[in-house]
Amino acid sequence: MVRLRRLLASSPLLLALAIGGCADESGGGGVQSEKMNTIRSRGKLVCGVDGKLPGFSFLGPDGSYSGLDADTCRAVAAALFGDPAKVEYRDLNSSERFAALASGEVDMLARNTTMTLSRDSAGGNGISFGPTTFFDGQGLMAPVASGIRTLKDLAGKPICVESGTTTELNLADRMREQGIAYTPLKFQTGDQTYAAYLGGRCVAVTSDRSQLAAKRSSFPDPAAHVLLPEVMSKEPLTPASVNGDPAWSDAIRWTVFALFQAEELGITKANVAAKLAEAKANPNQADLRRFLGVEGDFGKQLGLPADFVVKVVGAVGNYGEVFERNVGTGSPLRLERAENRQWNKGGLIYSPPFR
Amino acid sequence: MKAADSLLASLRRELFASRSDGVISVGLLVLIGAAVAGLLRWAFGQAQWVVIQANTTLFALGRYPLEQQWRIWLLVALLAMATGLSWGLLRANPRADRSGVLWPGNDRIAVAVLAFLAAWGPAALGLALPLQLRWWAITALLLILRWASGRWGRRLPAGLLRWVPLIWPLLYLLGMVLISGGLGLIQVPPSEWGGLLLTVLMASFAILASFPIGVLMALGRRSELPLLRWGSVLYIEFIRGAPLITLLFLGQNILGFLLPGGLAPDRVWRAAWVLTFFCGAYVAEAVRAGLASVPGGQQEAARSLGLSVPQALQHVVLPQALRIALPATVGQFISLLQDTTLLSLIGLLELLGTARTVMANPEFLGKNAEVYLTLAVLFWCCCAALGLGSRALERRLDPSNTPA
Repeated sequence: MVRLRRLLASSPLLLALAIGGCADESGGGGVQSEKMNTIRSRGKLVCGVDGKLPGFSFLGPDGSYSGLDADTCRAVAAALFGDPAKVEYRDLNSSERFAALASGEVDMLARNTTMTLSRDSAGGNGISFGPTTFFDGQGLMAPVASGIRTLKDLAGKPICVESGTTTELNLADRMREQGIAYTPLKFQTGDQTYAAYLGGRCVAVTSDRSQLAAKRSSFPDPAAHVLLPEVMSKEPLTPASVNGDPAWSDAIRWTVFALFQAEELGITKANVAAKLAEAKANPNQADLRRFLGVEGDFGKQLGLPADFVVKVVGAVGNYGEVFERNVGTGSPLRLERAENRQWNKGGLIYSPPFR
Repeated sequence: MKAADSLLASLRRELFASRSDGVISVGLLVLIGAAVAGLLRWAFGQAQWVVIQANTTLFALGRYPLEQQWRIWLLVALLAMATGLSWGLLRANPRADRSGVLWPGNDRIAVAVLAFLAAWGPAALGLALPLQLRWWAITALLLILRWASGRWGRRLPAGLLRWVPLIWPLLYLLGMVLISGGLGLIQVPPSEWGGLLLTVLMASFAILASFPIGVLMALGRRSELPLLRWGSVLYIEFIRGAPLITLLFLGQNILGFLLPGGLAPDRVWRAAWVLTFFCGAYVAEAVRAGLASVPGGQQEAARSLGLSVPQALQHVVLPQALRIALPATVGQFISLLQDTTLLSLIGLLELLGTARTVMANPEFLGKNAEVYLTLAVLFWCCCAALGLGSRALERRLDPSNTPA
């Protein structure tokens, strides 16, 4: 009884302490994010990747991860810690990726995940998507020699497709819409599908364009095959984090936007130091100064270091460099930028203003 | 001359006994020859083995940190020494119940195979010269120890000899420490283990841990205490009623939700325990078959001699039951070793997972055949080693070899 009374007597004090504590923290202007605190105290970012997808994430012979998705993880680690190496990659298959995110096993996903309504909505998977880092879509590949350049050229011709996939359904839908009759040749596995295509049993093969490009680079003569310009589905591959921690989602979002914006401003891995020196020397370049964190408090508003953009671009380069290095025309995948060009060059890559 | 004659005669008898036999034999030989020739032509002409050569470290150790790899080298050297020592001692001290050869027939063949592998393997894998030299040194260590302990092992006192097999469990524990860290070594988290290292570690852990579980569950299932019996039945039938991949997914996905943040074991260990419990249920059934085949009179006879129930089990029933269960149990272990490939589906980089990520490297796209063939050879070697060991153990436990 005495103990209880003492406890009751002290409770206002406790309450005041708690409120005081809260007031202190919010008064500091710091961003509150449980996830970011966890990541900081752990000392590294745990990033869920596919790990087996050419151009997006795979292990190099030296045991390091490469690819567009791996570079996204690296960029976020650079923003948080100033060190792109502070990432623990976790290979996830497509069925466990959302569970791993929800249970907190991974801090974020950069795992060629298509953003859809049901994955985004609170009533669905309830995860929070960042900006799309790769606009993929279902395409068609045909031999250059066949002369096939558009969907119409495929009328009455056999097309190889993997059975039981959304790819098969999309192809059927698009062809029905356009009133083109064709013969689907269905196969159980991807390997069988491409073997049949190479064996000449069909004049075209369909899959996601990034997959077609990856397969093409393994063909005996990659230059003899062309991707048709038609895109039959939308597959925006997008990094994601768990819902309910807006500060963490914002940090990921603006790290990716920084990659986009850096390309737009012509800031590259090679010249970022020079640009920073230029911004420091010239007070008239207000936009550049704010973007690189010389003035203003963008970093602080996000809960990131003031110079996070410098660290990100210094680590992985701008978006264009990331794209070219991993999947672009200079890489074995030889993908055109296409809809992944900057918005002012006719593409969909667009960063809102850093303001 | 005589041997050649008898070989010819037996060939004629086996393959060309009648005209139709001859036609079938020739047809099959041509088919097999064509397949082998095709494989060889591909392996030495078209195949591009650079995909294996460039990724040897990845296949062997996964992402194990470069500066800590000396620990694995040390472990391999210790394993080679223990092998050489045990092998030599087995040869030096043959007993009626202990066949002195690891290899059926003559173990000079085994020495030749080892020497050939050491000379050819590292060079074929395109390893750097210092690494090749290390492999030669390790093989030399093994062969020298085998020779030395084979020559002087007979003079060791029997009391000391009895303790020699203990180096294996000690080495296993030491190996665990060397691999994962601790005792002053830097920790290497399981997420950085991979390749052959992870496959062997997972399989060996599950094999060692599932055997006692299996024996206990088999005894439990035959127990007269209802709680024990129904508990064992529940465990065995639950595990056997679900495919391994389901249990692995269950372990990976559910544990994270059930246990708070830091408490859930690392995903590698989760998988290891799932494998262990899975294998345990099957071992239990193999051991139960062994127990059932021991006549009830054995137990009664042991009891009437004044042995307690545990004593009767330990000295009379279990030795007979385990000997009978051995082939089925080892079969289960071999299939467990192959089941570790399922771990690649839950994102672990064991051999198959490593292979899949290597095949995703744009530099090596389309080199699937080379990678899968290498994997097949590696798995065959591991399984063949298990099978050889099992048959050696069977010969040793064979009662007709035991002095009366």
